[in-house]
Amino acid sequence: MAPTTDNQSGPDPRWDEVLLHVVTGKGGTGKTTVAASLALALASRGKTVLLCEVEGRQGIAQLFDVPPLPYEETRIASGPNDGGDLYALAINPESALMEYLEMYYRLGRAGKALDRFGVIDFATTIAPGVRDVLLTGKVYEAAYRNKRGKNHRQYDAIVLDAPPTGRIAQFLNVNSELAGLAKVGPIRSQADSIMTLLRSPRTAVHLTTVLEDMPVQETTDGIAELRKNDLPVGSVIVNLVRSNELDEEARDLALGGGLPREQIEKDLDRIGVESTPEIVDGLLTEAREHAERRALEDEQRERIAALDVPTYELPRLSDGVDLGGLYELAANLCEEGLA
Amino acid sequence: MSDRGKSTRRVGPLAGRPEEPPTLDIDALLDDLDTRIIVCTGSGGVGKTTTSAALALRAAERGRKVVVLTIDPARRLAQSMGIETLDNTPRPVPGVEGEGSLDAMMLDMKRTFDEVVESQASPEKAAQILANPFYQALSSSFAGTQEYMAMEKLGQLHKDAIKTGKWDLIVVDTPPSRSALDFLDAPERLSSFLDGRFIRILLAPARGPARLMTAGLSVVTNAMTKILGAQVLRDMQTFVAAFDTLFGGFRQRAQKTFALLQAPGTAFVVVAAPEPDALREAAYFVERLAGEQMPLAGLVVNRAGRVSLTGLSGDQAMAAAERLDARADDSATVTAGLLRLHADRTRIVARESHLRQRFAAAHPHVPTAVMPALSTDVHDLDGLRQVGELIAG
Repeated sequence: MAPTTDNQSGPDPRWDEVLLHVVTGKGGTGKTTVAASLALALASRGKTVLLCEVEGRQGIAQLFDVPPLPYEETRIASGPNDGGDLYALAINPESALMEYLEMYYRLGRAGKALDRFGVIDFATTIAPGVRDVLLTGKVYEAAYRNKRGKNHRQYDAIVLDAPPTGRIAQFLNVNSELAGLAKVGPIRSQADSIMTLLRSPRTAVHLTTVLEDMPVQETTDGIAELRKNDLPVGSVIVNLVRSNELDEEARDLALGGGLPREQIEKDLDRIGVESTPEIVDGLLTEAREHAERRALEDEQRERIAALDVPTYELPRLSDGVDLGGLYELAANLCEEGLA
Repeated sequence: MSDRGKSTRRVGPLAGRPEEPPTLDIDALLDDLDTRIIVCTGSGGVGKTTTSAALALRAAERGRKVVVLTIDPARRLAQSMGIETLDNTPRPVPGVEGEGSLDAMMLDMKRTFDEVVESQASPEKAAQILANPFYQALSSSFAGTQEYMAMEKLGQLHKDAIKTGKWDLIVVDTPPSRSALDFLDAPERLSSFLDGRFIRILLAPARGPARLMTAGLSVVTNAMTKILGAQVLRDMQTFVAAFDTLFGGFRQRAQKTFALLQAPGTAFVVVAAPEPDALREAAYFVERLAGEQMPLAGLVVNRAGRVSLTGLSGDQAMAAAERLDARADDSATVTAGLLRLHADRTRIVARESHLRQRFAAAHPHVPTAVMPALSTDVHDLDGLRQVGELIAG
């Protein structure tokens, strides 16, 4: 089913207020895929959406099969009829700093001198927290530029493909990162305004996970840390969920080796598949392995349920995630109500 | 990073045809007494830590005296090796069978950094550095510190191994960076930063003659003061001045470890999952190792899907499931489910093997081991042993 603006199951009203969706996740859980799907889903609802990445990996360009993104908002997808538009932006701290200096200080010559003396490098690699303030600062600028009344594009939603779960609270908590350093001054007040947005109901942090021990543990730890820092936890998005070809009863039987072998042989013969012992044994082994994996996954599902956070699930696509797969995942998110 | 410097530009291979790559003979690698260091690298989330631990255990049970340095092990994995507490010291792993031995440790990056500072500076100076906010940020959150400290720890373990004869094989896990290349680039980035022009500028007013204050420099310091505030600049100067004497030492140590990675006793094992991103990273890394003259042992592809049934193709299974559905009787739903399950697994395996073939076509000489996905998590030594057996094939 294609996502459309008149989709009968509308988005969950709890996300109505949210302007900034931050998507994090442990490496390998498909964080970028989820961020991109969410952005597509929001755009499919007719919104003008900005999808940002901050890790310099050009993951968005790869997913959408477009040339590497510049430090400039670039339109990468557009909905039919009244559908929205999707823009993407790769934020790097060096460009963000230069832009910031230009915007607030009109530092023409000094900006270049700063670069020549390695200050830009210094500020963006080591000065504690400055790098993150610059990255989140650019997102903040995109979110609030309309208030400055300039002739700029306004976004209805911004999706940030953020650093991994292990670092997310630190990344978003720009204020305390700067603590002990910049007690006053422009960088500090910039950080304060960013923090106000990040702590407000206009922001939601979504954690991507898969149904495995370590990613779920990291998700649990990440949520605890976000809450400790008053950062708004949005949802848990369970990615790469296995198909559900056997019901619970059948899975229990498969675990105990109790699937009805003769019945299966008979079924196979009926439809003209020769029920050799090799085929039946193979099917039964695969069923048992599937049931074992599912049992572990159910354990993890219970841990996620205990977190008491809205949860969404995305299927594992057996052909992998290509552009078509991305649209399918976006449609899933629309149906589930995240967008 | 927007600019990784010229040494990290990708240089790809030339034409090639898809064919099966040579098999990575893990046991031969582990049994070879000339193998002194095994470094497991790969992008995040591909099972590097488990692979490192499994290789270390297998080597130990084949008679080697092994120490494994893990970076951020899953709780259950750490428990299975008895290293739940992070104290930066190798501890014997109980339950290892045979003549060999296995010690395991978890990297404590801040502790390692502190120790380096303490060993290099006088006590007062060390205390001053450890308390500086810039040092604290550098040692706990600077992107690249973990990589740097993993290398530092490797250097220490290697020195220890030679001095005491406690170990004849070191297995190192690498930090869970987005990019495997970070492991090689971060130390260089850190030391070139510490040696950077800006640092020297910061130091200059403190000790140099006033004429060093060129026009350009005062523009810079004025701008910095304006943006960051004067106090930040002072903190920075204190930090840099205190750290100054250590810079040379750091650079030297990093160079030494880098040389160790190029030495003949070292073997890199690149770990990947059968996913496009992970294999792309693996390809970059393989090419980079060749460029740096670092010895590559081979590629381990983790979590590969597998089919237990080879006599029935995915298409056949799917068609059969549809025929069963058409009969619409309840008793057949289980059989139809089994057939669909098989069809799904076949598709995943086909996609993955296609991805691996593409990698092999571009890098035909990289010995490869394929490690099937387990249906259960590793939570004890037996599980780890099983992983080792599967990797060894």
